[in-house]
Amino acid sequence: MNAAEVLRFALRGLAANRMRSALTMLGILIGVAAVILLVAVGEGSSRQIQQNIQRLGANSLTITPSTSGGGGGPGGGFARLLGGGGGGGGGGGQGARQNTGPRTQARDLTLDDARALADPANAPSVKSVSPVVTAQSQTATYEGASHSIGQFVGTYPSYFETSNKPVVKGAYFYNDDVLAARKVVVIGHTVAEDLFGAVDPVGRQITVSGVPFTVVGVLKEAGSSGFQDADDLAIAPLPAVQQSLTGFGPLGQILVQAKSAETVDAAQSEVAGVLDQRHGITNAASADYRILNQATLQETVSAATATFTVLLGAVAAISLLVGGIGITNIMLVTVTERTREIGIRKAIGAPRGAILGQFLAEATMLSLVGGLLGVLIAVIGAQFTIAGVRPVIVPASIALALGVSVAIGLFFGSYPANRAAGLRPIEALRFE
Amino acid sequence: MNPTPPPVLVLGQVTKVYGEGETAVRALRGVSLTVERGDYVAIMGASGSGKSTLMNIIGCLDVPSGGTYHLDGTDVGALDERRLAIVRNRKVGFVFQSFNLIPRMSALANVELPLAYGGVHAAERRRRALAALDRVGLADRVHHQPNELSGGQQQRVAVARALVTAPTLLLADEPTGALDSTSSGDIMSIFDRLSASGRTLVLITHEEEVAAHAKRVVRLMDGRIVDDVRTTPVGGLPPRLAGVVS
Repeated sequence: MNAAEVLRFALRGLAANRMRSALTMLGILIGVAAVILLVAVGEGSSRQIQQNIQRLGANSLTITPSTSGGGGGPGGGFARLLGGGGGGGGGGGQGARQNTGPRTQARDLTLDDARALADPANAPSVKSVSPVVTAQSQTATYEGASHSIGQFVGTYPSYFETSNKPVVKGAYFYNDDVLAARKVVVIGHTVAEDLFGAVDPVGRQITVSGVPFTVVGVLKEAGSSGFQDADDLAIAPLPAVQQSLTGFGPLGQILVQAKSAETVDAAQSEVAGVLDQRHGITNAASADYRILNQATLQETVSAATATFTVLLGAVAAISLLVGGIGITNIMLVTVTERTREIGIRKAIGAPRGAILGQFLAEATMLSLVGGLLGVLIAVIGAQFTIAGVRPVIVPASIALALGVSVAIGLFFGSYPANRAAGLRPIEALRFE
Repeated sequence: MNPTPPPVLVLGQVTKVYGEGETAVRALRGVSLTVERGDYVAIMGASGSGKSTLMNIIGCLDVPSGGTYHLDGTDVGALDERRLAIVRNRKVGFVFQSFNLIPRMSALANVELPLAYGGVHAAERRRRALAALDRVGLADRVHHQPNELSGGQQQRVAVARALVTAPTLLLADEPTGALDSTSSGDIMSIFDRLSASGRTLVLITHEEEVAAHAKRVVRLMDGRIVDDVRTTPVGGLPPRLAGVVS
């Protein structure tokens, strides 16, 4: 009685009740597919959020004003991050929950604040400072084509590096353009598509709210995700935007890049020091600005999404468990139904191990085949976007789900199999 | 070969009690029986006489409450579950009243089953199973499933299955009980031929007609042997065949 023999008997046993075997497998299939797919969805959304955070730029600090009513709590900031706006308006949240407590006088962020931060004597860890103003939903036209640009950003050239927005076609604008307030613009992928289609936009003129801007470059496609298109933006020199669109009011935000990943925290405290001094803030709790640290945010969000993924996996694991109980149930029915057959087998000399092996093999085969089909379904399902998230299959989850499904077969099959093997031949033979 | 092989069966004062205390049922009250190699014994008795209990004990499906039982020189009472399975597989061939073939398995697969449990290789198993089926005249039905065979044919498959391991003892429990007279005749003539070829057979039956095929008839009543008649010597041909030859 070798292993192949036992497997053959088990297969024959399963084939005898095809419908029942198929339905039992379905239970395991759904469990395994759910575990893999939900973990993949968790992983996918986690990566998406990480990507959105990375779009803020490496080693960057985002300083936003925190006047009363502005910015909202951490939740508001988080939602904007999900939106992936990157350039404008984003902020709030981790690292700077300083908007509590009474405040005597809130000051806006100004260009002078930005200049002070750029002084290496004040903030030695700061590599570059980019003041940012943002005009929302500006209508741009080009030869009859019209497009509403989601974010029209006015800033300095260092913004491109800090916020991780490389140009793929044409060029960036330069400090000269800023000084001369030239009406040049670098447009996002979506804007280029909508306004120009197949035409090369570089060197052409678009009209934004009646003001002509010359396109000098097109940004690399960042990909749209979540609720907002990260490519629906245009970036122009700060004074040009202030002149024509926003006016010379306060800055929307200041983007600061630290010299290296190690100096981000140092840069954050230096920035806080400079701003506290300039804004006359003595108590950190009453600060009229907030600093968003990309690295800290990333850690927090990673922890949150990991919890989320584990939760999803746990819910799926319950369905796998239910599938396992289904196996026990159906194997118990099978053993009862085949009591007489077990009696015959024992009477002609089947050892206990052979009977045990046969029923264990049947249970394990149910769970293994169900599990393999579940993996297949999950891999196919992961090709589709689920709830706005592109699932990313975690190989470990496949191994785990398959391993668990085999273990379930062995574990949940062992009780019925033991019962079969323990039957006394005369009683089993007498059974009708 | 051992110059004096042990008897196939030696039962010494075997008792069997079901239940305990006041409700205890004494199915066997001390049965002593010795069956020599080559003998052909019919055990007769009315229902309730304990013949089924005796058959279960002889077939190692049940253990006696008291007394000793040696099968082919082995003390069965001392064996554990695993060894009992081996003894059932190698030394006893069962034929049941209700055939007890495994459904949805071909005749060939049914006959191969005891060999599979005995660890015989696939090719050898097939050869021996085909030979056994040929011996009971079913060479042309090997791939039929039990539900495609008549009762008589099913019982012949069961006989082939009992024979295929070349057991020391062929044990048949009411082998013709579920068959018509023609099929019964077929089965009994197969048994006669097996006996003539030197096999040891024990039949449990309540039919005089069936018992008449045996060389020795043992009668049970209330758990005791009340009658033990030998019609033909152990070495001789079974009575029905003897008549044909002479």
